Amino acid sequence: MKRTFGYKLSILAFLLPALILFLGILIAPIIMSGVYSLFNWKVGYPLKDYIGYKNYVELFTSKSIRFTPALGNSLMLALFSVFIQLPLALILALKLGKKIPGERAFLSVFFMPVLISTVVIGQLWLKIYNPEYGLLNVFLRAVGLEKWTRIWLGQKDTALGACFVPILWQYVGYHMLLMYAGVKGVPVELNEAAMLDGCTESQVNRYIIIPYIKPILKVSVIFAVTGSLKSFDMIYVLTNGGPLHATEVPSTLMISMLFLRNRYGMGSTIAVMLIVLCFAFALLISLAFKEEK
Amino acid sequence: MNKTYSLEGDSFLDRVRRIKASVFFTYAGLILWGIISIFPVYWMLTFSLKNNAEIFGENVIGLPKYWLWSNYTRAMNTGHMYIYFLNSIIVAVATIMITLIASFMATYALTRLVWKGRKAMNKFFMLGLTIPIHASIVPIYVTLSKLHMLSTYWAVIIPYAAFSLSMGILICTGFMGDIPYDLDEAAFLDGCGIWGIFIRVIVPLMTPAIATVGIYTFLQCWNELMLANVFISDDAVKTLPVGVQALSGQYTTDWGPIGAALALATIPTLIVYVFLSKRIQDSFIAGAVKG
Repeated sequence: MKRTFGYKLSILAFLLPALILFLGILIAPIIMSGVYSLFNWKVGYPLKDYIGYKNYVELFTSKSIRFTPALGNSLMLALFSVFIQLPLALILALKLGKKIPGERAFLSVFFMPVLISTVVIGQLWLKIYNPEYGLLNVFLRAVGLEKWTRIWLGQKDTALGACFVPILWQYVGYHMLLMYAGVKGVPVELNEAAMLDGCTESQVNRYIIIPYIKPILKVSVIFAVTGSLKSFDMIYVLTNGGPLHATEVPSTLMISMLFLRNRYGMGSTIAVMLIVLCFAFALLISLAFKEEK
Repeated sequence: MNKTYSLEGDSFLDRVRRIKASVFFTYAGLILWGIISIFPVYWMLTFSLKNNAEIFGENVIGLPKYWLWSNYTRAMNTGHMYIYFLNSIIVAVATIMITLIASFMATYALTRLVWKGRKAMNKFFMLGLTIPIHASIVPIYVTLSKLHMLSTYWAVIIPYAAFSLSMGILICTGFMGDIPYDLDEAAFLDGCGIWGIFIRVIVPLMTPAIATVGIYTFLQCWNELMLANVFISDDAVKTLPVGVQALSGQYTTDWGPIGAALALATIPTLIVYVFLSKRIQDSFIAGAVKG
């Protein structure tokens, strides 16, 4: 094909719909958020009051914004995610990767929660946690552990943990699926050779499979951490940051900054911080995995 | 006993017993997690058919004694679920169409046409896999409110399409790579231009990609809450996640209709999953491994 002017124009025409969407909805807004974050901008006022990086200073120093505790909450979620959710997913993936009967059925059941709307799952867990009629307290009363019953989402000391459980529960299947795909990708000869050499199952897992699927483990860790930083839906449905801000995460803060306190500038600052943190953590985790090699 | 060579002191029966025990524990564990995974959905489906007396004590986790289908009609009619349902379908269909057209065209330009910078352009589009939806909320909200487009279908359709685009291009790249280049050349010799090849050769052979991209996009927009919650406040335009949220605020003491509403929001996804589980799982794997 000749590379005429018409050819180049056609290329542009083919790319145009995607480019418009991509630049208009993803790239431009990031730049705009960056600009907004440098202004003290409230709803109804013009975008005039340039204050440089003061929003960022206020974000980390102000006691009334509570960004640091919110960030702490999401990092705590990231910790639980990496050290409880991922190992559980790995165990399931290793077991399912061994060509056992019923493998596909188990896989499909384990993955199902991922596909259900977080709003639906959140509403269900709201009912599970309901202090009077919720399954959890009903169960505790039925087995005689009356004194363990709580207002799970209404008490400051249990609310955060109660929010974490469904979040961790929902995405075990997602990480399991990724790891399972990795385990299936390990060459059969490698497994067989190790078995012939007298390795037990756990030795094969430890010395052959886990090192082999490290790239996937890296992806899982990155998703677990960035997903925790971005978490919003479940917390919004369960507590919306309450009681007394005990379950606030950066995203819920951002939304309340925008629509309750009408501070677009500060809301954008939180958005920019989230993006920066996500990229920074992704980079750090990649580096950590490289070091280990 | 010599511990390093335990095989000698290990009778055949012992080994069989050990393997049996390990198989037993494996299955016990898998089944336990299976129950934990599926239980909330089972509970939802059963309490969506019960009355309050059963839900609140008489029969908490069993199958319903009287199958109360009226919960569903109440959720549909007085709870406006049919509006939310319809809205979600409109939004999903439009988003899927836009995503498909944009990613087919872009993938064609990125993989079949030869030009400088196409690799860089591809990398640029793949950035979208890592950009969180949070990034665009404030600017898009401000823009939409200036254009008086808040609480319209387009307010969520266009962002959803944009955020599904990278994944769409990624999936299409895989499928388009499987179409032999000889076909392009044959069509070219028969007198087809770039557009002719695209429409007559590539698009008809991309039907499997339509399904995969379509399902992935469907799942993204069917379940999305944050943008829909912020951009849509009008009841007539609300999608299912926002609508269900609103509904459960109204029926705090009447769990049956809420359960029915939750089930209605979930059943389409479950149906798609039953028929296309392998394809859905593959699309999630593809997105993660490249991203």
